[in-house]
Amino acid sequence: MASEKVQTLTDTNFDDSVIKANNPVLVDFWAEWCGPCRRLAPTVDELATDYDGRVVIGKLNVDENPNVAFRYSIRGIPTLLLFKGGQIVEQVVGLADKDALKKLIDKHV
Amino acid sequence: MRNVIIIGSGPAGLTAALYASRANLQPLVIEGLEAGGQLMLTTLVENWPGFRDGIMGPDLMAEMRTQAERFGAEIIRGNVAKVHLSNHPFTVTTSDNSYQCRSLIIATGASARLLGLPSERKLMGHGVSTCATCDGYFFRGKPIAVVGGGDSAMEEAIFLTKFASKVTVVHRRGTLRASKIMQDKALANPKIAWEWNSEVEDINDTAQGAVTSMVLRNNVTGDQKELPVDGVFVAIGHTPNTSLFKGQIEMDANGYICTHTGTRTSVPGVFAAGDVQDHVYRQAVTAAGSGCMAAIDAEKYLEGLPQHLGEAQMSA
Repeated sequence: MASEKVQTLTDTNFDDSVIKANNPVLVDFWAEWCGPCRRLAPTVDELATDYDGRVVIGKLNVDENPNVAFRYSIRGIPTLLLFKGGQIVEQVVGLADKDALKKLIDKHV
Repeated sequence: MRNVIIIGSGPAGLTAALYASRANLQPLVIEGLEAGGQLMLTTLVENWPGFRDGIMGPDLMAEMRTQAERFGAEIIRGNVAKVHLSNHPFTVTTSDNSYQCRSLIIATGASARLLGLPSERKLMGHGVSTCATCDGYFFRGKPIAVVGGGDSAMEEAIFLTKFASKVTVVHRRGTLRASKIMQDKALANPKIAWEWNSEVEDINDTAQGAVTSMVLRNNVTGDQKELPVDGVFVAIGHTPNTSLFKGQIEMDANGYICTHTGTRTSVPGVFAAGDVQDHVYRQAVTAAGSGCMAAIDAEKYLEGLPQHLGEAQMSA
């Protein structure tokens, strides 16, 4: 299960929660059927705890929210996008370890 | 201090863990980023003995993991960042911790090789993929291509016909390297088209941030053509995951770890199993077999160590 610090993002709340957010937002694009996504999930949960209050960590299910996935041409998961001021500032496709992700996030906080 | 640390959790690593735990060595398995290994990205595995109807790759790995844990193997999440093999006991460092061990089994496997085009890297996740089971879903009703001519290329192509309107296999030779049974399956599939003797020159369109087509060059005629596709799946083989060990252990020109008399490496006490040391067979069952050998070799090595060695030092 996702940590309670992880926000559930949807086609409906994406603009308010991500594009208009004051803090940087890390979005994890995932789906139920994606094995590597399940493997990345604990790392994303840990990041949500580590960056609590500084970076919003959110998950977007690409099956249930096709519009956002389409808008960013997501054709492979897991994909992580880091948004700051509504713009994509970092992108990670596939699995990554926590240290590498922290380094990327730390450039923007 | 550990008797044995196993790096990697594919068939080689988990079989080594099973044998080492049954030998009462209480192995520690550091599973790595691609936990479970390459079988986690496959569907039905039909050549694992004992399952006449086949078994799903991820299910097989879950079983292996549970079986190793049942006998006391400790499997932890984490990715090894550094190893230090010049002093005994060896040191293995992850992002969270540092461990010492009397023997080490390297089972880090191999990862998908890429074409090496700048456009391929830019479009990764936006139409370029190395994992059909992960990303095939995004190409429902769309034309796509699979690059490669081996078993994994055939498996991906066949799998992708479930989603795509058409799958074109792009292969740089005029014949396939895949096993006969996989070739026959793919050649008989009406949704698969073939581009023989063709090399990928470029993938469009980086400006749009999505795959729209690929540029192919026929290496016999020299002709170029543009193939409209929405996705490109790269299945041109694997490279061994050995960057951690560079300069510390003997490797061949392609980066595979050299083993001799079983699974021994150039460093006494360090053993290697599975695809990280095998560019010939590369099967789940041979990886598992060499994992078993590595555990037995490690056990013998430990029996030969003076009892006091390393016992004074405790791990951090």
